[in-house]
Amino acid sequence: MTELLRNIGSMAINGVWRLGLAARFFALLLRYSGQAFLRFHLTIREIYYGGFLSLLIIAVSGLFVGMVLGLQGYETLQRFGSGDALGVLVALSLVRELGPVVAGLLFASRAGSAITAEIGLMKATEQLKAMDMMAVNPIARVVAPRFWAGVLSMPLLAAIFSAMGVLGGWLIGVVMIGVDEGAFWSQMQSAVDFRYDIMNGVIKSVVFGVAVSLIAVFEGYDCSPTAEGVSRAITRTVVGSALAILALDFVLTSFMFRGQS
Amino acid sequence: MSRTTLDLWVGVFVVIGIAALFFLALRVGNFAGVDLSETYTVKARFDNIGGLKVRAPVKSAGVVVGRVDSIVFDTHTYRAEVEFTIATRYEFPRDTIASILTSGLLGEQYIGLDAGVDFDMLGDGDLVQMTQSAVVLEKLIGQFMFDRAGAAND
Repeated sequence: MTELLRNIGSMAINGVWRLGLAARFFALLLRYSGQAFLRFHLTIREIYYGGFLSLLIIAVSGLFVGMVLGLQGYETLQRFGSGDALGVLVALSLVRELGPVVAGLLFASRAGSAITAEIGLMKATEQLKAMDMMAVNPIARVVAPRFWAGVLSMPLLAAIFSAMGVLGGWLIGVVMIGVDEGAFWSQMQSAVDFRYDIMNGVIKSVVFGVAVSLIAVFEGYDCSPTAEGVSRAITRTVVGSALAILALDFVLTSFMFRGQS
Repeated sequence: MSRTTLDLWVGVFVVIGIAALFFLALRVGNFAGVDLSETYTVKARFDNIGGLKVRAPVKSAGVVVGRVDSIVFDTHTYRAEVEFTIATRYEFPRDTIASILTSGLLGEQYIGLDAGVDFDMLGDGDLVQMTQSAVVLEKLIGQFMFDRAGAAND
């Protein structure tokens, strides 16, 4: 019994301790970001590996999510005789929620895990220490470019996801089922507001980008330098990012769309 | 991979991302809709606003000319005070009637403006004198039932 209580207590203390460490790490990361921006090609390289190579999975998933929304949404809407509103349903659910959230989850599992693995392995093979010995700051050289690449890629990926989703919904709704094309687009355009819906979606995706990238680089930098430690760090990245995205999404949604429409 | 090819692919990625944003802004959203950058604010008091919400459209002859800014309850007159902005290029006479209408049978509610005949135009901060409240369906049904019951008793 005492053992159990002691374990719970140590887990709680450990969690808070890690949170503090992550905050301190974030501050350090921001401090050395200027140094990283001086050599911007490092960030470009990471945008290629994290962002550009995620393009295919994001685009294909977006298309399929939009197509499923088209099928399911039409099925429900036509019961109320409002199949014409399919465009509104597809566009609003993608732009406000599914675009940022699903793109964030995919980005965390595709790019976030890779970042953690890379940094963790660098730590395990003492490359980070070697850099330190050569007076190269590993946070400026390795961590900051990966972090900023993630922050910059996420909004673009979310926008691509939403756009592909709308195209998927159009493909199913208009081309296959035969919803009127004019009604599909015009109802969508009158219901989706640029500042209110699209910009809030972009803000969400930027926040998710910061969260996912920070978790990924922190877990990699903080892992125990063994094979087992690296694999555990990758698991923690994916689980932690997914939970962070969903929790942040709830908080942001309740701020942005509180009972106004 | 050489640095120039890398730059090229990252450039392609950024272009696709920005193109997607533009697609969302222009094709999906109504960015090119009513221009509300230059507006003036007008107030109106209603006995009952029904289900009117902030950001609801203000229409005249079916065309969106503005949006509802704020809805507050005025404790002096016990009426709802609605503030809405209208694009500067649309001007309305001072004796314009503002009424709360519903789009379709169950649709969202909006403010409809019926232009009057006055030569003076509404300016910033003016109060629309003539208003018409929202139709409350329950009251209407209640009245109808009451009338029917009265007719049956005669």
